Amino acid sequence: MMISGAEIVVRCLQEEKVDCVFGYPGGSVLHIYDALFKQDQVTHILVRHEQAAVHAADAYSRSSQRVGVALVTSGPGVTNTVTGIATAYMDSIPMVVLCGQVPTQYIGQDAFQECDTVGITRPCVKHNFLVKDVKDLALTIKKAFHIAATGRPGPVVVDIPKDITAQMCEFEYPKSIQMRSYNPVVKGHLGQIKKAVQMLQEAKRPIIYTGGGVILSDAADKLTQLARKLDFPVTNTLMGLGGYPATDRQFVGMLGMHGTFEANNAMHYADVILAVGARFDDRVIGNPEHFGTEKRRVIHIDIDPSSISKRVKVDVPIVGNVADVLDEMLKLLDGGCKTDPEVADWWKQIDEWRGRKSLAYRQTNHIMPQYVVEKLYEVTGGDAFITSDVGQHQMFAAQYYKFDQPRRWINSGGLGTMGVGLPYGMGVLMANPGAQVACVTGEGSIQMCIQEMSTCKQYGLPVKIINLNNGMLGMVRQWQEMFYSKRYSQSYVTSLPDFVKLAEAYGHVGMRIEKPEDVEPALRKAFTEHKDDLVFMDFIIDPGANVFPMVAAGKGLTEMILAEEL
Amino acid sequence: MRHIISILIENEAGALSRVAGLFSARGYNIESLTVAPTEDPSLSRMTILTSGSDDVLEQITKQLNKLVDVVKVVDLSEAAHVERELMLIKVRATGKDREEMKRMADIFRGRIIDVTESTYVIELTGASTKLDSFIAGLDAGLILETVRTGVCGIGRGDRILKV
Ligand SMILES: Cc1ncc(C[n+]2csc(CCOP(=O)(O)OP(=O)(O)O)c2C)c(N)n1
Ligand SMILES: [Mg+2]
Repeated sequence: MMISGAEIVVRCLQEEKVDCVFGYPGGSVLHIYDALFKQDQVTHILVRHEQAAVHAADAYSRSSQRVGVALVTSGPGVTNTVTGIATAYMDSIPMVVLCGQVPTQYIGQDAFQECDTVGITRPCVKHNFLVKDVKDLALTIKKAFHIAATGRPGPVVVDIPKDITAQMCEFEYPKSIQMRSYNPVVKGHLGQIKKAVQMLQEAKRPIIYTGGGVILSDAADKLTQLARKLDFPVTNTLMGLGGYPATDRQFVGMLGMHGTFEANNAMHYADVILAVGARFDDRVIGNPEHFGTEKRRVIHIDIDPSSISKRVKVDVPIVGNVADVLDEMLKLLDGGCKTDPEVADWWKQIDEWRGRKSLAYRQTNHIMPQYVVEKLYEVTGGDAFITSDVGQHQMFAAQYYKFDQPRRWINSGGLGTMGVGLPYGMGVLMANPGAQVACVTGEGSIQMCIQEMSTCKQYGLPVKIINLNNGMLGMVRQWQEMFYSKRYSQSYVTSLPDFVKLAEAYGHVGMRIEKPEDVEPALRKAFTEHKDDLVFMDFIIDPGANVFPMVAAGKGLTEMILAEEL
Repeated sequence: MRHIISILIENEAGALSRVAGLFSARGYNIESLTVAPTEDPSLSRMTILTSGSDDVLEQITKQLNKLVDVVKVVDLSEAAHVERELMLIKVRATGKDREEMKRMADIFRGRIIDVTESTYVIELTGASTKLDSFIAGLDAGLILETVRTGVCGIGRGDRILKV
């Protein structure tokens, strides 16, 4: 039977078991919207800005093992998605973005709402396609999902001219796909894996350093087994939180710019680093020259060969899917695992570093942001999905909410995009209906996608917005305080709206919390009485609170500024 | 270090911009780039002349391999290979220069492929350094126009780049 290109698009989504699409209509996607209207397998969530559609689709992926989908119109619809696409690209998030395009014969004529979608998105996608023939449509969408989800995942854009969505064609969805140019490696090289296992057993001061790759390949269980077997300390990057249970004794905390004293020292002084799905980026190892002053051996497992030996020379590179490689390692260790006795001394050293209690903070008579996150952890039983924006609040959430499970910590680590928090909450809730979802944000960030409160109302998405309101672009202010002699250039946010009234205006519940003793009761109320409501919790916090420890830009990992040193 | 990278890439619209975009986004050099379809019209072969340290070259080949349309990548200059570049050069050829131009072309085994009363177009093939020396050997004032293809190369003997 012949069906239209628009119907083909929808059938492809159904074949891919997509249950929801985040999008916004417009001229060039009208046929597709019409096809969506005539079915009920794929739900559509109408956002209020295309950026939010892409962020929500991104969080849908991050919080599940499925691929999020966004659908937007040509021209401004597409340009509005670019921040979202770049955000997902930096964190290797699988996602498919379907974009309308002007009819084929108008391309290149500066037609109304035309833009060079493939050109604009090329540097921030894993791959993109312009569909030129309706006969290629189904295969192209199949490829898009395949490419997005396999290898090192990433966003894929499919640009579909309007005339293609009107043309009629037979529909057949390809069962599988073969691409001679794209065959990502899965299994690691066994010889290399053996070498690595040998090296781990000889280690005297080992550290397991893991990143987003562990989350993306659903390897948290295997990582945990391996770490327990070896009795090695584990640190996670910002993107890797939840890859190893944070409440476990072997967890030394997050590392990097705002990592713990013990994690950064253990990383720096380790004699063997097992890096798993992480990429030694600048926020993690600080100054690479300083990092290079210690002699050590590095084992690096990553699915992307270009991540290996990019910033740090690696002794044992293992290219492969993290879960598969860890599995092989576990098998080898099952034959008998001997951890070097000197590791016990290393643990003593680590416990000494832990004794510095680098996350301790001083209570004032204001609400401390750290305290809010600690209480949030208690009230939610450590079991919520926490989305966050970018700034001090993000770091406080990462440091003080103890993530025991993967895919619970949803943030823009790579691009650092303010504004993701609320749409991330929507994506999480669509993928995990009924889950507890809190968006830890700041009064700066939340205003970048605040219009999505309307979407949340329409679809009943009860995100709990934890606004750590310091009246400042706090992270900017912290740098200005420390490195620009307190010249607070444009980091003070005045004329803030009354967030309580604003929430109410959108039809939600608003709360303003000003005293430390009100923090916990308010949170409890939000998560019980208002379980099914979006609650905007405006916490008026100590405006002077800073994030510590801190490795200043250009400094080494061990050159941390600690809270009490100020 | 100078390197010649050969790439087999799907002959799709935009393939060239993906490669060129990668080089500019990551700050890699392109000294020359040539591209044309192979005997299999669904594949293009690209030759890029670049330079950089070993670390940079390692990243260049890894990043190229990551492009979804790229089928194969080799650094030709890593082993035995031959390379050629084609140049067309238009020169003023009047009076005593006319004879001199003919002589120069002969010495470099070039061919004169277009003749007017006052100009020649000389076709010259060879290693890039040979083309450079030819240009250097001419009186600069007599050169009207040059066009060069950039380097293309191929491995020697059994070194074959194929799907
Ligand atoms: C889109 C975007 N613009 C600018 C920045 C730079 N930036 C990083 S943190 C920050 C301040 C964030 O302020 P707020 O959301 O109030 O969080 P706080 O640091 O106060 O907790 C800014 C402006 C960014 N990360 N993203
Ligand atoms: Mg703030």
